[in-house]
Amino acid sequence: MGKLDGYKKDQLVAMLRDMLIIRRFEEKAAQAYGLKKIGGFCHLYNGQEGVVVGAVAALDMKKDYLLTAYRDHGHAIATGMDPKVVMAELFGKETGCSRGKGGSMHMFDVEKHMFGGNGIVGGQIPVATGVAFMQMYKKTGGVTLCFFGDGAIHQGAFHESANLASIWNLPVIYIVENNHFGMGTAVKRVSAVEDFDVKAKGYNMTGTTVNGMDVIEVHQAIQKAAETARKEGRPALLDVKTYRYKGHSMSDPAKYRTKEELEEFKQQDPILMLKQDLLKAEMITEKKFEELDKEAKAIANQAEEFAEESPEPPLESRFEDIYA
Amino acid sequence: MPELAMRDALRQAMDEEMSRDDAVFVLGEEVGEYNGAYKVTRGLLDKYGMPRVMDTPIAELGFTGLAVGAALAGLRPVVEWMTYNFSLLALDQVVNNAAKMRHMSGGQLKCPIVFRGPNGPAEFLSSQHSQALQSLYAHIPGLKVVAPSNPYDAKGLLKSSIRDDNPVMFLESEMTYGMTGEVPEEEYLVPIGEASVVREGSDVTLISYSKPMLMLHKAAEQLAEQGIEAEVIDLRTIRPLDEETIYNSVKKTNRAVVVDESWPFASVGSHVCWLISRNCFDYLDAPVELVCSEDVPMPYNHNMELAVQPSVEKIVKAAKGVSYTD
Ligand SMILES: Cc1ncc(C[n+]2csc(CCOP(=O)(O)OP(=O)(O)O)c2C)c(N)n1
Ligand SMILES: [Mg+2]
Repeated sequence: MGKLDGYKKDQLVAMLRDMLIIRRFEEKAAQAYGLKKIGGFCHLYNGQEGVVVGAVAALDMKKDYLLTAYRDHGHAIATGMDPKVVMAELFGKETGCSRGKGGSMHMFDVEKHMFGGNGIVGGQIPVATGVAFMQMYKKTGGVTLCFFGDGAIHQGAFHESANLASIWNLPVIYIVENNHFGMGTAVKRVSAVEDFDVKAKGYNMTGTTVNGMDVIEVHQAIQKAAETARKEGRPALLDVKTYRYKGHSMSDPAKYRTKEELEEFKQQDPILMLKQDLLKAEMITEKKFEELDKEAKAIANQAEEFAEESPEPPLESRFEDIYA
Repeated sequence: MPELAMRDALRQAMDEEMSRDDAVFVLGEEVGEYNGAYKVTRGLLDKYGMPRVMDTPIAELGFTGLAVGAALAGLRPVVEWMTYNFSLLALDQVVNNAAKMRHMSGGQLKCPIVFRGPNGPAEFLSSQHSQALQSLYAHIPGLKVVAPSNPYDAKGLLKSSIRDDNPVMFLESEMTYGMTGEVPEEEYLVPIGEASVVREGSDVTLISYSKPMLMLHKAAEQLAEQGIEAEVIDLRTIRPLDEETIYNSVKKTNRAVVVDESWPFASVGSHVCWLISRNCFDYLDAPVELVCSEDVPMPYNHNMELAVQPSVEKIVKAAKGVSYTD
């Protein structure tokens, strides 16, 4: 069976397009950061696009939910948020998704079921488990995707949540975006095991290792986990191996890793890999790819223009959005 | 005297105490190979190796509690929290264990441990990463809370904190790690629990600690230009509080403005205001003023985040208010 069997061309091209938009968006964000249009912590997603795009493609965002950490621009865009409001939030503008109050680490869109954007390592894990509790409680048939990093899995928050999800049959999928580093710390320096799938066993759930550089593999793994979660309410843990091309945040020169290692992962770039698969299957041409990329660049440019032209939030609005 | 950056003064303090006493060790996220997220522990791993310098997983509750246990058993840990925002994950170990063990064991145990890291508003970080949490810790009997504002005090106080037999919350600030100041080459200590009068004046007392001290100096200068001589007090230690230095000054100036990055409700600032109002009542010519952060979570937008914090303008205005020269 071929890798792309069962996929419609449109679906695959949409994944390619989404990854390109995220990549070009992040490049624009980096540029704007250099121009001091964006401040503070800004964690870019370059290299990891295949993870969220493959995952969200397996969801039905009408009933499913997504939560992640601070490296969240890609997740926001993947859930269907307009890149314009994401960029405007980075610029701290009134038109940003969080009205300029959240910034880079706190992208939210309640209607799109994107529940953030959390700055505390591991902070979203129990919360995501709680969203899945609602899904069990109300029998919505939905699942919740809970993204977090290889660094976050050592927080008690993960271990307490995983046990709760298992004993209460909660439809939550824990996705470790294992980019091999938590800030400057390589996984093996702070973890008793290098592959996290083994941790699932202790909570009586399925654990799977996934190649996050391959969007199709991610898609299939999430599809499978989502089906089990929907039908049986069983949670799952996926150790998705990926890589971040940039430093941890804008201020990190990333001296703790080698150029060779970075290059090795760039050779398996998720965008390039899907492009090659699609070329081989004659589902796209080089020209079509160029068009998609041009479109992605235009979307990123428009997002930046929108953010730039948007007004500052009124100062008085700082007293709003504190209590419901 | 040589000029040192705050981060280097802090590192010197740890370095000197580590070579003086091999029970002293440092642990936290990125403190070793990465030399610290803010480079405060630079070079310590190279010099002392493991287990004197330990890079931890991101597991604040676990490694903080581990350090508490090590302290009870005779070591002297210096725990670095990458920022105090993340200390909230370890709150239980600090409040229920570090602060209580001495009392609950009827004086048998002691917990010589320092918890250090940046606290208070930084820039462009929104609500979870830009909080002043000192009031939370100052509330807890059994803890000491130290908050220096310059490299000299930072070094002297950190050395005293490491030698102290009690848990000490040591508060730094992301925004002032690069700030330089004179630090003598010879060894010295700054005692915990002593405030310092950093500027003498007769008309109004300005009181603060930590990063806002920079604003107090500027405010005092602006006030002087307008004929108001401010006396400026740097508390340096929040708990135990040097009440005497505060009262002596207020009894002289008859007016006080307390400046605090905390939120107003049940804060260090509001507590100091209450103490002055109660203990200097007969000397006061005006109600004590509090300049603090507004009662809102920190917004990301820069104009808004500046608006919610104390500022030189707000301090000057408050000082003129209590002087009735508005
Ligand atoms: C509780 C907590 N501790 C520390 C930090 C500081 N911090 C921010 S990101 C990070 C590394 C996280 O690594 P990982 O979970 O692998 O996610 P990645 O950044 O690689 O996506 C650390 C230590 C934090 N934000 N929250
Ligand atoms: Mg990571």
